[in-house]
Amino acid sequence: MSKYPADLRYSKDHEWARIDGKRAVIGITDFAVHQLGDITMVEPPKEGESHNRGTPIGSVESVKAVSDIYAPLSGRVVKTNDPLRDQPELLNEDCYDEGWIAEYELSNLDEAKELMTSEEYAQYVKDQG
Amino acid sequence: MTQTNNGPVETRHLLHHEPPIFEQGATGRSGASLPTLDVPDVSAEALLGDLHRDVAPALPEVSEVDVTRHFTRLSRWNYAIDIGMYPLGSCTMKYNPKVNERVARLPGFAGLHPAQAEETLQGALELMYRLERALCEISGFARVTLQPAAGAHGELCGLMMIRAYHQSQGRSPRKVLIPDSAHGTNPASVTLNQMECVPLKTSADGLLSAETVRAAVAQHPGDIAGLMVTNPSTLGIFEEHIAEIAEIIHQAGGLVYMDGANFNALLGKVRPGATGVDVMHINLHKTFTTPHGGGGPGSGPVGVVEKLIPFLPTPTVELQDGVYHLNYNRPSSVGRLRSFFGNFGMHVRAYTYIREMGGVGLTQATEMAVLNAVYLRALLHEEFPPVSEKPSMHEYVTSDKKLKKETSVQTLDIAKRLIDYGYHPPTVYFPLVVPGALMIEPTETESKETLDQFASALLAIAKEAHSEPDRVKHAPHQTALRRLDETKAARQPRLRWMPPA
Amino acid sequence: MRYIPHTDADVAQMLRVIGAPSVESLFAHIPSQLRLDRPLDIEALDEMTLMAHLGQLGAKSSPSTGATVREGAALSFLGAGLIPHHVPVAVDMLLQRAEWYTSYTPYQPEVAQGTLQAVFEYQTLVAELFGPPAIKGQPAPYVSNASMYDGASATAEAVLMARRITGRGVAICCGAIHPQYMGTLRCYLDGVDAVGQASIKTVGFGPDGRVDLQALGGLLAELGNQVACVLVQSPNYLGVLQDVAAIQALAHKAGALTVVACPEPLAFGLVKSPGSQGADIVAGEGIGLASGPSLGGPGVGLFAARSEHLRQMPGRLVGETVDQSGRRGYVLTLSTREQHIRREKATSNICTNQGLIALAFAIHVCLLGKSGFRRLAEINLAKSEYLKQRLSSLRGFKLAVSGPTFNEFAIQVRGRASDAAAKLRERGIFAGVPLDQPSYELPMLPDAEKTLLVATSERHQKADLDRLVSALDEVCP
Repeated sequence: MSKYPADLRYSKDHEWARIDGKRAVIGITDFAVHQLGDITMVEPPKEGESHNRGTPIGSVESVKAVSDIYAPLSGRVVKTNDPLRDQPELLNEDCYDEGWIAEYELSNLDEAKELMTSEEYAQYVKDQG
Repeated sequence: MTQTNNGPVETRHLLHHEPPIFEQGATGRSGASLPTLDVPDVSAEALLGDLHRDVAPALPEVSEVDVTRHFTRLSRWNYAIDIGMYPLGSCTMKYNPKVNERVARLPGFAGLHPAQAEETLQGALELMYRLERALCEISGFARVTLQPAAGAHGELCGLMMIRAYHQSQGRSPRKVLIPDSAHGTNPASVTLNQMECVPLKTSADGLLSAETVRAAVAQHPGDIAGLMVTNPSTLGIFEEHIAEIAEIIHQAGGLVYMDGANFNALLGKVRPGATGVDVMHINLHKTFTTPHGGGGPGSGPVGVVEKLIPFLPTPTVELQDGVYHLNYNRPSSVGRLRSFFGNFGMHVRAYTYIREMGGVGLTQATEMAVLNAVYLRALLHEEFPPVSEKPSMHEYVTSDKKLKKETSVQTLDIAKRLIDYGYHPPTVYFPLVVPGALMIEPTETESKETLDQFASALLAIAKEAHSEPDRVKHAPHQTALRRLDETKAARQPRLRWMPPA
Repeated sequence: MRYIPHTDADVAQMLRVIGAPSVESLFAHIPSQLRLDRPLDIEALDEMTLMAHLGQLGAKSSPSTGATVREGAALSFLGAGLIPHHVPVAVDMLLQRAEWYTSYTPYQPEVAQGTLQAVFEYQTLVAELFGPPAIKGQPAPYVSNASMYDGASATAEAVLMARRITGRGVAICCGAIHPQYMGTLRCYLDGVDAVGQASIKTVGFGPDGRVDLQALGGLLAELGNQVACVLVQSPNYLGVLQDVAAIQALAHKAGALTVVACPEPLAFGLVKSPGSQGADIVAGEGIGLASGPSLGGPGVGLFAARSEHLRQMPGRLVGETVDQSGRRGYVLTLSTREQHIRREKATSNICTNQGLIALAFAIHVCLLGKSGFRRLAEINLAKSEYLKQRLSSLRGFKLAVSGPTFNEFAIQVRGRASDAAAKLRERGIFAGVPLDQPSYELPMLPDAEKTLLVATSERHQKADLDRLVSALDEVCP
């Protein structure tokens, strides 16, 4: 598996989004997971909540750090990944599939264009680094 | 002259793996010594009715011998200042004088009940009064409250007084400027006062610059409650621009709070009250040798300038016509931050220390604390370069930057490997602005030989990092337990002993 | 100076290595206008003179050790948040091991397993005393932290925690709560509330000294979903045991949490724990069992809560884990709640706590053990009932409130309580706390000037109790 799968879009806050029509599944990137190390707790957003792009929606913790999760796109939470509450290690094992965080119904489809492609994000991370 | 070993020392000893006390003992065993009841026994069930607890709490069933061995064996799994050097930066782990312990246990101190009438507490009130005067002399403040139980409690108290002061002026400014190198307690204390932190960036030389402060003040016109500054900073360097910075804050209507965690660098040299600082807490458990007790109790007296006196917590100790009394009639006071008068047992110890040292001794303590840190820096600077070129005060802050570039060894590994050499590691990964920080504070109570040995241990580790990196990365090897799985502890918290299923 | 090992030769050599001309030069970078230009004015004393000086200071106060057997100490019935118990000699002997008192916070677990395991055991004991019983094979119902400063600040932190959990602001403080606990709570809430916002509401108590449930119900109905918690003290300031379950039922109906303050944890050897009566958070004080009174500090703030609220707990937590070779061990855990990681968003600003006194508390509770803890509670209850019965049968004396008590009670005397206390002091007896004394006044108490708060414990022999009774009878008009 690639570190940054090509079918996803990426935010500067290190979230990814798998966009499918008006819906998007989101999570945090392999880079973000590695920065934190072993994830010990995930606090996902609540179903039914609406968020604007860029607002904090939850948090991820490791033993010695806490990091906020930001909404990569605006919309309403329709589903969250409940198993993450008891198995935060899913994020370390597979942050793009089993470790997804929430599913959104998007309110502004134009925003997706402003996210980065896999190559752009890879370059962005490299530049940060 | 005796021949001194300046190299690493060897460590080895017998330790018992000790199960939790709940897995020891036998049904019906007890370590209690209770008096025979000489009044009529009563039926608790009849007296308490529904509130009666049917089953006694599930406490251990062990003898005094069991308890003594258990806690003695456990104690042997601890490092301690009486065992060796404890160079935790910003923690000031200096020797805890034995005489302090004896004095604090005198019945005239340890046996006093806080609700006793003032006339029966004259000695204790006098001690508190004298300690306050001594701390004023050392810190340059007009008055000091002894009530806060620890440094963070002192911060809370200081910020409450700042807030109360502004309110008395009919203002409610909300912004508190805090350098990014500050202790985490600073921003947390700000939140507890419904104020907001404005982080300030430390300059490249490690200092807080007047320009940075001026710019931050300009961004929040009329809303500056104050500044919290640690001096010397957590990089172990003196904030040279403090007077100018204080002036800027005062002009903006704010007050200056100083975190006194590093006061050990200033005794007899600088009185913070004379540098523009308005409020400051003092950690008796750092600078004034009260023991840290494996996590507390501490004591965090707070000094204030004249104009903040009305806001000090209640009660204050006053001397009138040769009699000490407690003043509760203080209408502008922030109130009280805890029950009774603070950690009085710590006041006794700190006062005893201050009187033994005297002004000259305290000044000498600071001089030797700084000499020790600067000496370590000189011995180590090639392998462990300081993070700031500015002169170090009581502590020397370095990082794993050089070693990490040359080898795969990081700060955590260095810390753990130091344990094998018989030392407690320095403070690591703090301040947060220094990646992989190692903060080394030897304190004045360590001798030159100890410093030489410690430095040689660190240099030996730097060598090992090149030659045997795995040995360093899997350290400690000499301890009874190896590195512990903190991830497991956090993912499946087990915070109390449970009877096995 | 005996704590500073440097010889002149050491200093000279060290300066040579540094390349500095003098010790003074190490301070040369400090702007001269900030430097102190005179020596500090404090005289130094050698150990003998020092001990004589401190001995003289100590001798200017009268210790109140509780029992008559100690020469030079007053016979004391003072309690009011600190009821001194006999602390076995073994406790202080163990505490004086340097590995306990001269170690730091256990940040490096490989060299601090002693402190970590002891705190883990302390957490277990506190959860056991304050929570519902732990059941084999089920998750822990209650968790304790590694300690807070004292009972008063722990109570304030408990209220702040309830506010975080519920997202609501108001704390209803019920009945007779220690005035200093209330003062501390006000001080803490003043900090986090907007100016003038009254987030503290109070409810009185009935003639039995217990919470006025009707008034509480009314206030809860009126304030609806603004109430974060109902705070109650048990045994309360007048010594009365509360029906926490009844209070909790009302609070729960309103979606509010129940916070219980317990300055006398020994009561729970005989009394149902607050946790098993439904309390969400319990804050207590362990000084009476842990150490000597020491003018009220250092003590230890006990703090426990239902496990589901773990993430909102203030303070340090020790958890069990394993090392690389699979051996059981302990670490500080869930630190992401704390100030050194979460900074301004931390659950509390607490860092240093009362570790050594928490250890003393744990050692004493282990020494007492299952049977001893309960028996000690029974002895306290019996002594108190005897004294209560004898005092209340004196002419003109009457119990201030009628509810069930544990080892402390409030009694109205003939005349002013403070006069009686003053007269008894001349006889070497600290009769109790007059409830019109500053910082011991209970706002809602009728006839406060006549009321004396009297505490007893296993330290009093029958003769001590009888002495108090006859002395009070003699001095009261």
